[in-house]
Amino acid sequence: MAEPFEPGDAVRVREDYPPGHIRTPVFIRGKEGVVTRTFGRFDNPEITTYELEGPQKTLYEVRFRQVDIWPDYDGSPSDTLDVDIYEHWLEKA
Amino acid sequence: MRGPHDVGGLKAGPVDTETHDMTFWEKQIDALHALIGDDKRRIVPKGQNRRYVEALGEDVYNTLSYYERWTATMSQQLLEKGVLSREEIDAKVREIRDRLEATGELELREGEAEKI
Repeated sequence: MAEPFEPGDAVRVREDYPPGHIRTPVFIRGKEGVVTRTFGRFDNPEITTYELEGPQKTLYEVRFRQVDIWPDYDGSPSDTLDVDIYEHWLEKA
Repeated sequence: MRGPHDVGGLKAGPVDTETHDMTFWEKQIDALHALIGDDKRRIVPKGQNRRYVEALGEDVYNTLSYYERWTATMSQQLLEKGVLSREEIDAKVREIRDRLEATGELELREGEAEKI
């Protein structure tokens, strides 16, 4: 099965604020980064926590520039942050 | 919606970088957490207590320590699964409280003594 993304792809985190158990932190929603790693497919904890069945989702490591995340970031422009994000929270940038 | 756990980017004081040894009861809670979610027992889904911890509400979340949150939420999970009853939990708490009172080891937070 073709993966929705692969390392090197530019992605944007969905800017969405649904209620319930969410594994994508608020501070990274709406930000753009680049996929650096594919971890594989896993049960989706946003579904399994409710003891429901659902399709497995691919988990990615996405690298963001700190200056893209924090408006007043005063560290080096080359500083980055890696966040593990499930495929359903990502869209093509 | 931002839960009380989702604090990335919020203003906060200095980070305590001291390492802390886990107490015996914290290790017990950690072990119980692993056991009720393991592949053999599957009493609750792995990591489900995170959702319960997030649902404690800001006040309780910020009052309890890390493993106190786990204790509170695991007892809630085990109640819902019918593994433990409220009566069993209350009886055990009374038993331990009496024992610690007898040995002088009972430690209460400020304001907690009046509630007993």
